[in-house]
Amino acid sequence: MAEPFLELVGITKTFPGVAALSDVTFSIAPGEVVGLVGENGAGKSTLMKILGGVTQPTAGELRVDGARRDSFSVPDAIRSGIAFVHQELNLFDNLDVAANIFIGREPLKGGPLRLVDREALRAQVEPLLARLKVGYGARTPVRDLSIAQQQLLEIVKALSLRSRLVIMDEPTSSLTLTETDRLMSVIDELRADGVGIIFISHRLHEVERCADRVVVLRDGRMVGELAKGEITHERMIRLMIGRDLKSLYTPPKAPPGATALAIDDVVTSTYPGKRVSLEVRSGEILGLAGLVGSGRTELANAVFGIEPLLGGSVSLDGTRLRIDSPRDAIRQGIYLAPEDRKSFGLLLDFPIVDNISLPDLASYASASLVNRGREIENADRQKQRLNIRAPNVTTRVGTLSGGNQQKVVLAKWLSMKPRVIIFDEPTRGVDVGAKKEIYELLRALSDAGVAILMISSDMEEVVGVSDRVAVMHEGTISGFLRRDELSEHSVLRLAVGTTATKGTA
Amino acid sequence: MNRKDLGLLVLIVVVATIVAIRQPLFIAPVNIANTANLIGLFGLFSIAQAFVIITGGIELSVGSIIALLGVLFVDLVVNQGMPWPFAALLMIGLGALMGLAHGLLITRMKIQPFIVTLCGLLIYRGVARFYTGDGTAGFTFGASFPTLEWLTMGRSWGVPHSFIAMIVVAAVMWVVLHRSVFGRHLFAVGKNEEAARYSGIATNRVIIAAYVICTVLTAISAIFFAMYTRSISPSSHGNFYELYAIAAAVLGGCSLRGGEGSIVGVVLGTVLLQVLQNLVNLLGIPSSLNFAVMGSVILIGVLADQQISRYRLRGK
Repeated sequence: MAEPFLELVGITKTFPGVAALSDVTFSIAPGEVVGLVGENGAGKSTLMKILGGVTQPTAGELRVDGARRDSFSVPDAIRSGIAFVHQELNLFDNLDVAANIFIGREPLKGGPLRLVDREALRAQVEPLLARLKVGYGARTPVRDLSIAQQQLLEIVKALSLRSRLVIMDEPTSSLTLTETDRLMSVIDELRADGVGIIFISHRLHEVERCADRVVVLRDGRMVGELAKGEITHERMIRLMIGRDLKSLYTPPKAPPGATALAIDDVVTSTYPGKRVSLEVRSGEILGLAGLVGSGRTELANAVFGIEPLLGGSVSLDGTRLRIDSPRDAIRQGIYLAPEDRKSFGLLLDFPIVDNISLPDLASYASASLVNRGREIENADRQKQRLNIRAPNVTTRVGTLSGGNQQKVVLAKWLSMKPRVIIFDEPTRGVDVGAKKEIYELLRALSDAGVAILMISSDMEEVVGVSDRVAVMHEGTISGFLRRDELSEHSVLRLAVGTTATKGTA
Repeated sequence: MNRKDLGLLVLIVVVATIVAIRQPLFIAPVNIANTANLIGLFGLFSIAQAFVIITGGIELSVGSIIALLGVLFVDLVVNQGMPWPFAALLMIGLGALMGLAHGLLITRMKIQPFIVTLCGLLIYRGVARFYTGDGTAGFTFGASFPTLEWLTMGRSWGVPHSFIAMIVVAAVMWVVLHRSVFGRHLFAVGKNEEAARYSGIATNRVIIAAYVICTVLTAISAIFFAMYTRSISPSSHGNFYELYAIAAAVLGGCSLRGGEGSIVGVVLGTVLLQVLQNLVNLLGIPSSLNFAVMGSVILIGVLADQQISRYRLRGK
């Protein structure tokens, strides 16, 4: 085997209070394709940030071509020939293909005029495009390319830097089957040319297909390495899970009641070909698990009236609803605590009290003039009830911690009459103590008869909090799990789409 | 009154004191009454502008609306013999329609406010000039509308009615902006339209309402201006007034990014601008420097405000 291009020895990265990576050791040789798998939060992105020079490891050693590098910055990474193809595309869709590839390092002419040498640019770009058989020209505007073509363009861009290692982060998440095939053959060509590839994906069958070796991360540790012959779905899953899930579960006080929210054959714009059906009973917490991009947020947005329903129906207590805007949903008692609470859930520049009363301001007003006293009175009550830690209710929400911000979102909905609350990643960016409080609130709400739909990518949360779980995979429900069937293993299998061995569920 | 408004007030007092010391005419009753009249006239449409700016938008057609509705009003009352209360109501109705059109184009058609109202600026100006054949619309010699004239240009206890009208409008709009449900929704939409929508606010309706309020108040000020000048040359009447309005709003603490501003601030901003104009006249500064003085003061004011905010933030 060839000399390794890049070696990591004992890499550790600690953030205050948490170890994101501990003692990770691995290497990659030229022409080798390494699959990197692990659950959300296993440490993959921290590892990538270290390889890209974005963050520095707390301990451990990084070697390039056998030479130890004590500091490794972004320019160092680029100079060493490490390139990234990110899940989110970083392209300028107002420019053409050639301009995108050479952005920031355009060939120049005209001396002090610093004009772009368009001929030289094209001459450099065309062979690269031909090499990957992308099927479009140097002058094609990027906005005319499909997502897959843009993804290929990112790879072309990586190659134009004479990269020796290309790190692909979920490159197939938005590709169709044929496009994925195209990418796979590109990977083969790169391998033949001696380029190393780290392939990060949740789509285990693709990892199976292209990887020469698989590295599995769990909770920041390398928990296993599989050689070519050992790479199977089942083995990867078994290595990915196996954490000790702390028991968070508090059973409901009473068995769930009648169906509150019913979603029937709903079609969203992200997956126009797929239908989703599920029911949430009152007094029940239904966990909605799945990989990032499986369509859970889009489903929640469609139910809440943010995105249009392209098909199907939403009913509450057996009555079919017409929801065209969040306003309609809120009027029916269907509330959403969005995933991105800083952009959508809260007005960060507004005080706590103004955020809490915003959706229901009319009820604090007489003759359409707001009664500040009544507003503050309610906010104070909610602050006490939810234990929001802030000097007072006129504190700006932007200054609060993640957990307290989420409690303000909750306070806003609890001040009204919730029938259904959809939580999208309820504890993202929330510290451990506040997490526990939020779980207790969820349970208290469901015990009070509210139907709760909890979208979560945190396995501990899904398994530990839900009464029942629905799992989504690529825009549709791949299965339901009862409380007694619930385990990290069963959820993950449905999430990655292992339907063949699903069992009795 | 918040900190920004207080700072502005202090600035006005300082400038006024200096001017009064150097030129005692500044505090002569006649000069004060004149300045108050101008503050009233300009204040009306500056308050109007603030509503739009708080949504994060802009209304550039203010000056053209003042010209168009001005010539229409004068023509209807003087030449067509329409009773002036009808004509006034008709102007306000037309103003509301313009605001509605702007609001709909911005929210439903998703055209940027700058473009919509820039087109308004050009269209209304053109229509005004065409309507009068580029001639001057004015009150013929001897034409007399005592009630209308008393209402708009008269004085009570020595105070010009235009100023009183502005104070009344400011008071009502203060309640609307700072105490009503609509006002709160307006600030929320201006600060973060998406978050407002997620909270169930009918964001489009709020934005349209802001443009309607803006053009209705502008229509009222158009009537006052028509009565003030008594003769309207449609190619120059109201030119640049939108910029006075934006300047007053910005001086008064409105952010062009939306979500910030206060009625007291806008009124004070108008006062400062008029005091500056007055100062240029009284201190014998060449009147050609008028705009330059205004521009410099706004620039210094905004810079100072930003530096003070940064300083306060660091102090925390």
